[in-house]
Amino acid sequence: MSGHRNTLKTTTGESAPSLGWVRKRPLEERLIKWALLVCALVSVFTTISIVVMLVVQAAGFFRQVSVLEFLTGTAWTPLFQPQNFGILPLVSGTLLTAGIAILVALPIGLASAIYLSEYAKDRVRRVLKPLLEILAGIPTVVYGYFALTFVTPLLRNIFPDMIVFNALSAGLVMGIMIIPMVSSLSEDAMIAVPRSLRNAAYGLGATRFEVATRVVMPAAISGVVAAFILALSRAIGETMIVAIAAGSTPKLTLNPLESIQTMTAYIVQVSLGETPHGTVEYYTIFAVGLLLFAMTLLMNLFGQWFVRRYREKY
Amino acid sequence: MANNSTSLEARKLELWYRNFQALRDISMAIPRNQITAIIGPSGCGKSSLLRCFNRMNDLIPGSRVKGEVLFDGRNIYAADVDPTEVRYRIGMVFQKPNPFPKSVFENVAFGPRVNGLADNLEEIVEHALQRAALWDEVKDRLHKSAMELSGGQQQRLCIARTLALEPEVILMDEPCSALDPVATLKIEDLMRTLAGEYSIVIVTHNMQQAARVSDMAAFMMMEQDRAGVLVEYGPTARLFTNPKDKRTEDYITGRFG
Repeated sequence: MSGHRNTLKTTTGESAPSLGWVRKRPLEERLIKWALLVCALVSVFTTISIVVMLVVQAAGFFRQVSVLEFLTGTAWTPLFQPQNFGILPLVSGTLLTAGIAILVALPIGLASAIYLSEYAKDRVRRVLKPLLEILAGIPTVVYGYFALTFVTPLLRNIFPDMIVFNALSAGLVMGIMIIPMVSSLSEDAMIAVPRSLRNAAYGLGATRFEVATRVVMPAAISGVVAAFILALSRAIGETMIVAIAAGSTPKLTLNPLESIQTMTAYIVQVSLGETPHGTVEYYTIFAVGLLLFAMTLLMNLFGQWFVRRYREKY
Repeated sequence: MANNSTSLEARKLELWYRNFQALRDISMAIPRNQITAIIGPSGCGKSSLLRCFNRMNDLIPGSRVKGEVLFDGRNIYAADVDPTEVRYRIGMVFQKPNPFPKSVFENVAFGPRVNGLADNLEEIVEHALQRAALWDEVKDRLHKSAMELSGGQQQRLCIARTLALEPEVILMDEPCSALDPVATLKIEDLMRTLAGEYSIVIVTHNMQQAARVSDMAAFMMMEQDRAGVLVEYGPTARLFTNPKDKRTEDYITGRFG
């Protein structure tokens, strides 16, 4: 830039030499732009195709079962006679396990984030944060068996009547799995809050904890809520842990000691089973998948609205 | 000796950041209910000294203080002193306006809230804003974000936020360096009004400002090892017209710095 300006200045009055303002490699630049665009579109197209596929296939289901019956029915027995197509037991199972997971992950994750961003020394943070993030890298099948073979027996010492496959154990372990999601993303948002705001609060006699909870957290709320929504979506969509440890008994209950079935675990069950294509049983998984998709979408929209409404812009 | 006319007193104060000595052997008494200016070239430790007066340096990892700072006859670095209490009784206004991204009201109410003075908040907030000469400009937008105010208004809000705690001392770290001349004059007027009731210590590298507003002036410099020392301290009029130290004279006549 400045090079150009100098050239202009020194050449006034003289016979102007070529200024070198010719566009360099126009073809390459254009190719790069298109290649980048295509990459960006891959995920957009994938999402669109998934939605289209879900809707088309689910339509096959809703031709035979009414939407109202699907959304309000309280019994889910598509694989047995008499068939019932009320999704509520699967929804309750999903919300129950996801709810337990969030009850674990939100306080622990937020506390870790506060510790990492406000209390921990730099050196401690640099070691601890990656260690926490390892939790997110453990394969979910390992978590599933950890829940079934370690956590469940442990819990049965406390609740002797508890069933082997239960919502509590799966929910707790799922909560541990999503802790790093909450903590890491929240910490990123909190550490980005300007030092000057912390100084202002300390200068007014605030304690470290007051600075963290009254200044840093509110200022970082958009990141914290984003972390929460992402973690909740992950918990709702999680399949392996619940398929292994939570059971396969669709039941409309909020009792965590019972065996339940989540929406995702049901889809796995049907996919692995011998349900023939084209039957109404087969189409159920698309209807369930569509509802699952709608739930996470709604949550994301709610999250975005919340962030816009309550963000403290610094 | 600390007496009634002294508000804060540094005694043989030294400050280190890890192995770097930032301040050496600073002794000075800040008079009560007057304005004391600390001037000196960049990096001479003016702001570091200011931050010693309300223990803000505690927040910097690796910082260490030797010597004493007496406040009401008590060493604020004594083991049994709670730094948050020090900071609430000795307020601070920073270089860049740093209002919280909350409403005007919540900004001023923050200090009283965290220090458990939540009764008649409305009165406290209004009073503080009036003292800071900001009330008329914000009384209709108390519940709008403070970030919508102008830079000068934000800085006066930061002063109001400090005043809401009724501190005895207000430390100001180059409070006008991010403001335009008009806003700067407003802050200076405000300082003069507040001076009768609060002891104000202002760090500035604007000598005209120091000459305009302060009663006492301290000139600091750094030595060979970059540690800041107090070169000369006395009534502003005397320091600017008849400096005793050659280095002070060189600085105020613009020969360096």
